[in-house]
Amino acid sequence: MSKFKKQNKTVPQISTASLPDVVFMLLFFFMTVTSMRETEFKIKEPVLPNAKSVKKVEDKNLVSTVYIGKSIKEGTSGDFIQLNDKIAQVSDVRSFIMLSRVGKSDEDVSRMSTVFKADKGTKLGTVADIKKELREIDALKIAYAASQTRKDQ
Amino acid sequence: MSRRSAPEINAGSMADIAFLLLIFFLVATTMDIDTVISRRLPQKQPPKTENQEEFHARNVFEININRNNQMLIEKKEYVQLEDLKVKVLEFLDNGGGAGSNNVGNCTYCQGGPDKTVSSEMSDHPNKAIISLRTDRGTSYEMFVAVHDVLGQAYTELRNREAQRLYGVSYEDLIDQKFNDKENVELDEKIKKIKDLFPEIISEVEPANN
Repeated sequence: MSKFKKQNKTVPQISTASLPDVVFMLLFFFMTVTSMRETEFKIKEPVLPNAKSVKKVEDKNLVSTVYIGKSIKEGTSGDFIQLNDKIAQVSDVRSFIMLSRVGKSDEDVSRMSTVFKADKGTKLGTVADIKKELREIDALKIAYAASQTRKDQ
Repeated sequence: MSRRSAPEINAGSMADIAFLLLIFFLVATTMDIDTVISRRLPQKQPPKTENQEEFHARNVFEININRNNQMLIEKKEYVQLEDLKVKVLEFLDNGGGAGSNNVGNCTYCQGGPDKTVSSEMSDHPNKAIISLRTDRGTSYEMFVAVHDVLGQAYTELRNREAQRLYGVSYEDLIDQKFNDKENVELDEKIKKIKDLFPEIISEVEPANN
């Protein structure tokens, strides 16, 4: 028995002094590579169509997003538009874009674009109505959001 | 020998604080980068202008999509999405005549599949217009799919030219540009390639029928 007792020495405690450093490193990593979640969905989260020839959005600050999707409530039909955190009408798009232009330089305004994040099943009529509004206020740069499929597929 | 040292601050809770922050950022942020197909809307037109430009029919490639997501090209042929790209490539890469702005004949165009120039296809890539007419009932998925195919066709042609002129593909140029935004030389290269095959896509306001 005495033989075994000798082995019962206490193991030296692992130092946790470097733990904060490790965690901070992770923290900074996540802070740099991620971006803030923009909005909460008031409509059913749009399932984006797939596409291959897509580009990355260059500057998120110069983008205003129009969400189009179905209502959360079952049994309601038609497309719903969400701007910022609210469900909106086509006529609201104009003021939404105007508001997003406030406080930006002329050069930035000319580089601003409107991104449609619309559900696959959206009818084009809704999109066309919004595009008509955008033309009225000279917000001509638009983009259709799509999730990227792999090139070799 | 009196030793006065400041009492050490206990750093044991530092890890907890850092974890808390970490978890907050994990929850509150997203990692996905948005990918988009960008297009440009036409300028607002005053109703019924006199000097509306007339385009020769051979320079316009018409795509019609109806409410059942079926596609008709050039008012005469039903095509599936898979076959559209070849048709668009043939149309764009034809180079049957002189281009606009006095650029002369298209020297880099390679013609159709059998390297011949068709009299029904575009004169010059910088004159070639793709006109997309949709119905209000067309689904967004189909619409984006068609735009995707058009984008792919242009990218393929631009890749070819970039490869010929600079030895790198157009997509690589764009990627380099994304990582090196201030590079003027890249800008010029991209602009030149874009001018060879300018993307002219016109969307006709959907009819309600």
